[in-house]
Amino acid sequence: MKKMALVQMRERQKGKVVEVHAGTGLQNRLLSLGVYPGKEIIKLSQFALRGPVAIKVGRTVLALGHGMASKIIVELE
Amino acid sequence: MIKKIFLIGNPNVGKSVIFSRLTGVRVIASNYPGTTIDITKGFLKIGANKIEVLDLPGTYSLDAQVKAEEAVISLLEDCSPKEAVVINIIDATNLERNLYLTLQLLEEGYPMIVCLNMCDDTKHRGITIDIKKLEEHLGVPVIPTCAVTGFGIKALIEKVEHAGRVAPKTLTHQERWVTIGKIVDDVQALSHRHHTLRELLEDISVRPLQGFFIAIGVIYASFRFVRFVAEGLIANVFDPLFLNLYQPLLEKLSVSLGQKGFWHHLLIGQLVNNQIDFKQSLGILTTAPYIEFAMVLPYIISFYFILGLLEDIGYLPRLAILLDNWLHRLGLHGYAIIPMLLGFGCNVPGILGTRMLESRRERFIAATLISIGVPCVPLQAMIFGLLGGYSGLYVASVYLVLFAVLLILGAILNKVMKGYSPELLIEIPPYRLPPVTLLAKKLYLRIKGFLLEAVPIVLLGVLVINLMMFFKIFDFATGIFSPIVSGLLGLPKEAAAALAIGFLRKEIAAGMLLPLGLSVKQLFIAVVLLALSFPCMATFVVLWKELGLRDFIRAIIIMLGISLAVGTLINLIIVS
Repeated sequence: MKKMALVQMRERQKGKVVEVHAGTGLQNRLLSLGVYPGKEIIKLSQFALRGPVAIKVGRTVLALGHGMASKIIVELE
Repeated sequence: MIKKIFLIGNPNVGKSVIFSRLTGVRVIASNYPGTTIDITKGFLKIGANKIEVLDLPGTYSLDAQVKAEEAVISLLEDCSPKEAVVINIIDATNLERNLYLTLQLLEEGYPMIVCLNMCDDTKHRGITIDIKKLEEHLGVPVIPTCAVTGFGIKALIEKVEHAGRVAPKTLTHQERWVTIGKIVDDVQALSHRHHTLRELLEDISVRPLQGFFIAIGVIYASFRFVRFVAEGLIANVFDPLFLNLYQPLLEKLSVSLGQKGFWHHLLIGQLVNNQIDFKQSLGILTTAPYIEFAMVLPYIISFYFILGLLEDIGYLPRLAILLDNWLHRLGLHGYAIIPMLLGFGCNVPGILGTRMLESRRERFIAATLISIGVPCVPLQAMIFGLLGGYSGLYVASVYLVLFAVLLILGAILNKVMKGYSPELLIEIPPYRLPPVTLLAKKLYLRIKGFLLEAVPIVLLGVLVINLMMFFKIFDFATGIFSPIVSGLLGLPKEAAAALAIGFLRKEIAAGMLLPLGLSVKQLFIAVVLLALSFPCMATFVVLWKELGLRDFIRAIIIMLGISLAVGTLINLIIVS
């Protein structure tokens, strides 16, 4: 099993969140949107030049900034 | 006795549509998170009991992480649980995420009804939800609804007086998600089916390359559509009405007033070649209604039709992700594109919309940029009206200048202002096909708002102008500003009066500029100045209210500096 940050995943790859390296504020915001350790996600796309990342969590599509995405650690299946 | 109903739910689950259905109060609803930035109130009558209904901004949790959530929590805390019912609206197509807030609300022990909205949409997506089982798990009534068609609303109202509640408790975040997992596994069945065209379109619009081309296509098509419809309306509906039906009546009135004198001056204005010229006469009955109805209203209709369609389909948040990188350079993030787009209709909702941005710094930058560099529909109609007769290069140049100012000013503010701008974190809604009736209602609401706001001010403005011209007050006032206006900007001193009048509403200024017989260079400078300099009165007031006095004064100083600098620069660069 390989661990990496969300920004390092390739498009269309599936993974499981293992850790959110952030303060409680951001952790809670992500949590209420359904992104928390143990949750499966699919990376949809990433924009060039440290642009935002789009992911699918359950039935929700989220867009998050590059900084946030680099704080989310996932485990590939 | 129940006195209050709170409508609470995640952003973009249809709270505002439910609110309209319950109260009959019409509010603007769209398909993106954050349409409701204020708390809207209305009333629902059940028998003799008149209950206050509050439509609250969407919230993902009760953790008070963002402004909207704080507002919801403080409202709930202020209310006695005996008199209030919470209607928790959840999106049936996204049960799992929506239940997080539901559990938090249940833990607080509020009397509650769960409204399972968008039930019609579940079928297309292969989802079936066992309502009875969901009720058992939650311990409160669950009513399936489809707010846009009105399905289930009656059942919802009947249940208001029979809300359920469960004993308060406190779960940890982890426990909540575990509980939700169990509930969802038990009540929701997914049938496997092939990917639909809709899902494919949803998918590719958030990818960099394909998304970019889609965006270009959507924006280009919208622009063409707005012009095509507006110009068609003018040529085929409004111009014939004014010229063939209204003008003969006015000519008779003009003759009966003796074609001159005080009243003729006020009502009809100047005759051009012994006839009324709607664009130049500048009377209360001639130019004022012509500008509003035949020059601006057609663009209002076509612009808000397209905006409403894009809003309800759910396209706009996709622009946010595409433009995120670029807007970061202006000290904003991608979601700022939504208030900016609203600003293209009218700066007032645009500036109010900046509330959906998180930090004060972002709100200042966005509001300042909108009031300076984003031209509203009436202003754009005037850009076309004044310069459309010359080569298209002039119209394009006005937009280019405004766009350049927007980029440069944003980049400077981003460098100069302290602090940093937060990152993007938004939900991208699924595409939805809005019912035509809902689109029509929204368009009606916006057109009505425009007419109620604009017509009285334009009539008043033209009255004031005519009085001042009749009593020759302008000559004195314009003399004071002539060094700036003539010296730096190369405009005749009468143009100062027109620009100053633009403070009331931009379209009145155009009415004053037309009869001055300006050269095309002068017109170009005047139009650019009109766009950049003082926003209209309504925007002025909203800007003040939203920014507070200190930041407001800062924004005004920036605005004046830029207007003068850009106007002078153009005057020096273009040699006519």
